[in-house]
Amino acid sequence: MNWNIVLAATIKWVFMVLVFGLGVAGILTWVERKMSAVIQDRVGPNRASILGFRMLGLFHPLADAIKAFTKEDFVPDGANRVLFFLAPLIALVPGMLAFAVLPFGPGDNLVIANMDSGIIALLAITSFGIYGATLGGWSSNNAFAMLGSLRAAAQMISYEVSMGLNLVGMFMVFGTLSFSQIVYAQGHLLGGWLPEWGIVVQPLAFILFMAAALAENKRAPFDLPEGESEIIGYNVEYSSMRFATFFLSEFFEVVLIAAIVTVLFLGGWQIPWLDPKGIAGGWIRVLQVGAFVVKTLFVIWVMMLARWTLPRFRYDQVMKLGWKIILPLSLLNILVTAIVLAML
Amino acid sequence: MVDELRPEIPAGVLVEDGEMVLNMGPHHPSTHGVIRLILTMDGEVIHTVTPDIGYLHRAIEKIAEKTPYYTFMPFTDRIDYLGAMFMNHGYAMAVEKLAGIEVPRRAEYLRVLADELNRMASHLIFMGTMTMDIGAYTPFLHALREREKINDIIEALCGARLTYNYIRVGGVSFDLPPGLTGQILDFLDGYEVFLDEFDRLITYNEIFVKRVANVGIIPADMAISYGLVGPNLRASGVDYDVRRDAPYSVYPELNFDVITGDDKYGSVGDAFNRLRVRIAETAQSARLIRQVLQKMPTGPIMGKLPRKLKLDPGKDAFSRVESSRGDTLFYIVAGGGNSPHRLRVRTGSFTALSVVPEIGQGVMVADLVAIFASTDVIAPETDR
Repeated sequence: MNWNIVLAATIKWVFMVLVFGLGVAGILTWVERKMSAVIQDRVGPNRASILGFRMLGLFHPLADAIKAFTKEDFVPDGANRVLFFLAPLIALVPGMLAFAVLPFGPGDNLVIANMDSGIIALLAITSFGIYGATLGGWSSNNAFAMLGSLRAAAQMISYEVSMGLNLVGMFMVFGTLSFSQIVYAQGHLLGGWLPEWGIVVQPLAFILFMAAALAENKRAPFDLPEGESEIIGYNVEYSSMRFATFFLSEFFEVVLIAAIVTVLFLGGWQIPWLDPKGIAGGWIRVLQVGAFVVKTLFVIWVMMLARWTLPRFRYDQVMKLGWKIILPLSLLNILVTAIVLAML
Repeated sequence: MVDELRPEIPAGVLVEDGEMVLNMGPHHPSTHGVIRLILTMDGEVIHTVTPDIGYLHRAIEKIAEKTPYYTFMPFTDRIDYLGAMFMNHGYAMAVEKLAGIEVPRRAEYLRVLADELNRMASHLIFMGTMTMDIGAYTPFLHALREREKINDIIEALCGARLTYNYIRVGGVSFDLPPGLTGQILDFLDGYEVFLDEFDRLITYNEIFVKRVANVGIIPADMAISYGLVGPNLRASGVDYDVRRDAPYSVYPELNFDVITGDDKYGSVGDAFNRLRVRIAETAQSARLIRQVLQKMPTGPIMGKLPRKLKLDPGKDAFSRVESSRGDTLFYIVAGGGNSPHRLRVRTGSFTALSVVPEIGQGVMVADLVAIFASTDVIAPETDR
């Protein structure tokens, strides 16, 4: 066993997952509150301060973390204690693992595991996220949580199908399952000027994937498992850090989905017309990683806008949308892609 | 141990095999106030709804029997804290009828002004909470922002923001302060912009319309047989408004339209129409306020009152007001001393809640939330 590889992977994982992923997820709790405040004509969080410095409320995530760690860890009577304790972790860990296959920049050094079948691995890992919500609700011994976990299971399984199918078109166009290769391929120019980003060659898949990803992610307008005005949510019995872990895993998944959308549809680290082969290195490479981060943040911003603008679907409407509209359209997209590719 | 902690299921609720009992409330985000709904359901589909009320019962009608006529006024605020002005108005009118007290015309205009401002505030809360129950949080805060301006106006008028105690027996407590007319007109101008924005943001949002249109349909005959009043009744297509059909105060001198439900987006009597009717009513209230400010006469704001009201025992009177939750009736029977023998208040929320079990059968939990929100039931008015 080559320890250098293990060491390198660990260092990369710490930077990409703990620093970037969790860091952004933590700050997103602040961003979401501040952004909703701007949309809703409020001031938003601005009270937490260190030595009188308020920093626009940026210390609130820190204060939240301290609060979450020091609150009582409540376990309801009749709960299945083992699953109740495990569920938040099951929700959080798959998202962290999935980051391994996403390239942050060109070359082998800016991706933890440059797998040939990266997309398949990613879909396999993220599927585990369902268990967190489902087991968490089921083990709470609470009727509301039970309803929430049932909704979560049904919804996430339904939309995973469409999510996967929308990527099939991408495989066909780019002819690879590796995220790194797909990003390189998106550097090609169509007709000499238009970057061949996923959103350009597969616009329908982009829209459908975004919708399916929002649903998979339990974000508004598909936040039925939480549905705080109806069934309060699968995590109703959770408190303290266990609740915070669920919360964090949701934001972490937001970052993950945004990163996937960026890599697959928005050209990943590609800056249009600038070093599409990723061989320049130096400052251009820093810029390219920066481009990846900026694009990810942009997708997150779009997802948050949707969250604070749209009302929630009803359970049957979500199922109908998933199976009767998004799934057939995804299949149609694959068919059209195949025909076009065969004709070219 | 676990079963001991489970809330008791009342005897009236029959649970069949394979049904789950869900105890929605008394503290649940969308049972506004404290109302408990006991649901028996199969998965997400509701089989029966049994409302359990009384968590906010404060025996207000009984308190009236021990309280002098004038002094009871602050209690009426608490009957419906979102429409306190109407309760003030209704009680004041009942006592005035009972004692034959004349109310100056300026006071009547001020009453209508306060009523309509309160109606807008109450409907704004409804618009906000209803959209929030459907899952959109932003319109709620936009609506509350507008309501805050009304609260400021009413605070300038009478010093209170929620339980006003503004309308008194014989008149009103304070005159219009200088500069308030301009503030009200500014608010009304801004309100038109807000309504347009609200409609674009949520009312005609496709997801929202899908969620509330054709949900919880109350046909006109059902609405009448359940005794629905106010906007709920009008949304079912019954053209009835106490302000027009049993006029009181100076409403006959003012122009306004009575809004009824239509089937442009859903069907008559559905949750969407109950929202739309209320939104349109706030625009009518704005219209009424402009007229009131234009026609406001000068003169005293308080009629001549005896220091202590003593009436013949057994004499009775009743008054009706169109509150934000509909036809509200105050019936007073005079007692021996200076307090009533009996006061009866008939409010709209109680009957509106009674129709929920009927239309809540066979819908999904999310629909029940929409239905419950759309009837604008608030707990204090149901329980009194």
